[in-house]
Amino acid sequence: MQPVVHVSQIRKAYGSTVAVEDVSFDVEPGQIFGLIGPNGAGKTTTMECIEGLRKQDQGTISVLGLHPLRDVRALQLRIGVQLQEAQLQKRIKVWEALDFWASLYPRAVDPKSLLEQLGLADKRDAWFMTLSGGQKQRLFIALALINDPELVFLDELTTGLDPQARRTIWDLIRGIRDRGKTVFMTTHLMEEAERLCDRVAIIDHGRIIDVDTPTALIARHCPERSVLLTTADDGAETRFRAIRGARSVDRQGSHYRIEGSGDDFVGEVIRCVAGLSVHVTDFRTVMPTLEDVFLRVTGHSIRD
Amino acid sequence: MRALWKLTWLELKIFAREPLGLIGALIVPAVMVVVLGGALRGGGLRGVEPDAARLGAFVGVNLPVLGAMVAALNAVLALVTIVSIYREGGILKRLRATPVSAVTILSAHVIVRIVMTMATLAVMVMAGRRIVGMHLDARTLSFAVAAVISMVSILSIGFLIASVVPTARFAQPVGAVILYPMLAISGLFVPLTAYPGWLAVLARALPLTYSVSLLRGIWIGESWPAHIGDVAALAVFAVVFTAASARWFRWQ
Repeated sequence: MQPVVHVSQIRKAYGSTVAVEDVSFDVEPGQIFGLIGPNGAGKTTTMECIEGLRKQDQGTISVLGLHPLRDVRALQLRIGVQLQEAQLQKRIKVWEALDFWASLYPRAVDPKSLLEQLGLADKRDAWFMTLSGGQKQRLFIALALINDPELVFLDELTTGLDPQARRTIWDLIRGIRDRGKTVFMTTHLMEEAERLCDRVAIIDHGRIIDVDTPTALIARHCPERSVLLTTADDGAETRFRAIRGARSVDRQGSHYRIEGSGDDFVGEVIRCVAGLSVHVTDFRTVMPTLEDVFLRVTGHSIRD
Repeated sequence: MRALWKLTWLELKIFAREPLGLIGALIVPAVMVVVLGGALRGGGLRGVEPDAARLGAFVGVNLPVLGAMVAALNAVLALVTIVSIYREGGILKRLRATPVSAVTILSAHVIVRIVMTMATLAVMVMAGRRIVGMHLDARTLSFAVAAVISMVSILSIGFLIASVVPTARFAQPVGAVILYPMLAISGLFVPLTAYPGWLAVLARALPLTYSVSLLRGIWIGESWPAHIGDVAALAVFAVVFTAASARWFRWQ
């Protein structure tokens, strides 16, 4: 299948500051694609080049088979955009914003059903300035969906939201994908990327480090697994050390931490535990996260 | 076109929701006309014995023209300010990702400013009916048309300033620094013929000069054909400034 977004070796500099360098990736249709990295890594610059809001210095971009700058009019009808730190008029009402946005497109979805989908039906007469952070972001999603786009761009959508609002937004984004649209999002929250994205591109200092599914990235860069278990069996330690793939066994009284790697490592631990004579009272596996992957591939934490 | 009318109507509603804006646009000017006009008419300004004939000429001819010009300049400043606030707030940036054009956005704001300024002038005329001897007759309507033509042209300067001034903090002072000197040499206070040659040439290169000439001429009852040159000059300024701002419009 032809990719929805094709980015090939783009470069963009602001004066002497290089924002992105040699960035390439494809976005497949019907997926949630995440461009992830710390603030200032080049996420927004990359996204705005794809949206046709900026012009890259080098490299080529194709979106839905169109050239983002040359075909900007045709493109705008087929994409929906939510921008980082965008605002609306303070005293615009929710329904007025949707009504105006709908008037900008030859074909628009029914604003009323959109408000209901996004849980804003009871806020339709509220001024923008009176909305909470989560409600504002849901309104921006609604505006991005008003023209029934094939491709939706969401830039740092959940930044500054509380966990509850964030979860609501996650469900909405999954809903967008489930209606067959492609979602291109940026985030610096690794947990968000891991839970939401079908594929992610890790970007750092303007360069793409790796692109794959979160699971594959974790398997590739952080294959180690840990099992935490609690047992009163004193003979267990030697048995644990004998597990295939186990690299270390750390014991604190009756609590053990067994570290190893490989797909079958956790299975080996389970088989070993099944052979113990004494009850195991706790058993947990600890999987590496995208956060660990980021630390591993960039050498620094995402919060630095 | 649909987007332009929607946005214009929307911006009018949003403006009406700001209590200070409405008070400033409608109530303050009306009060000023009543207070100032009353003071002038009563020979008021305590201790000053007015020269009745000169005062009559000033109130009768220049005051309406000055009122229209100041209203137009205020509209420009308001336009410049609101566009830069929209730019800083990211509202323009968000709109840029839609099919709406820069000219549509600016035009909507210009129409809103014209409507509000006309409302201001209407309130002033109503408040000043007895004081300045204004009546809603053919001449007043003609004057209103001349005021709209002037405003469109003057607002196109605002278009250009709003397009290039980076932040709201700069917008007001930049607007004031450009506009008020233009008004000073527009021939409103001192006739153009009294200027030294270079100043007269400069004045003729600025749109406000033609606005003043047009407004004053129409107000004292001169015919439209006599002022066709003023109208043409104002139209040229409007086209040039609008084209320039479409070219240099900054979305962010």
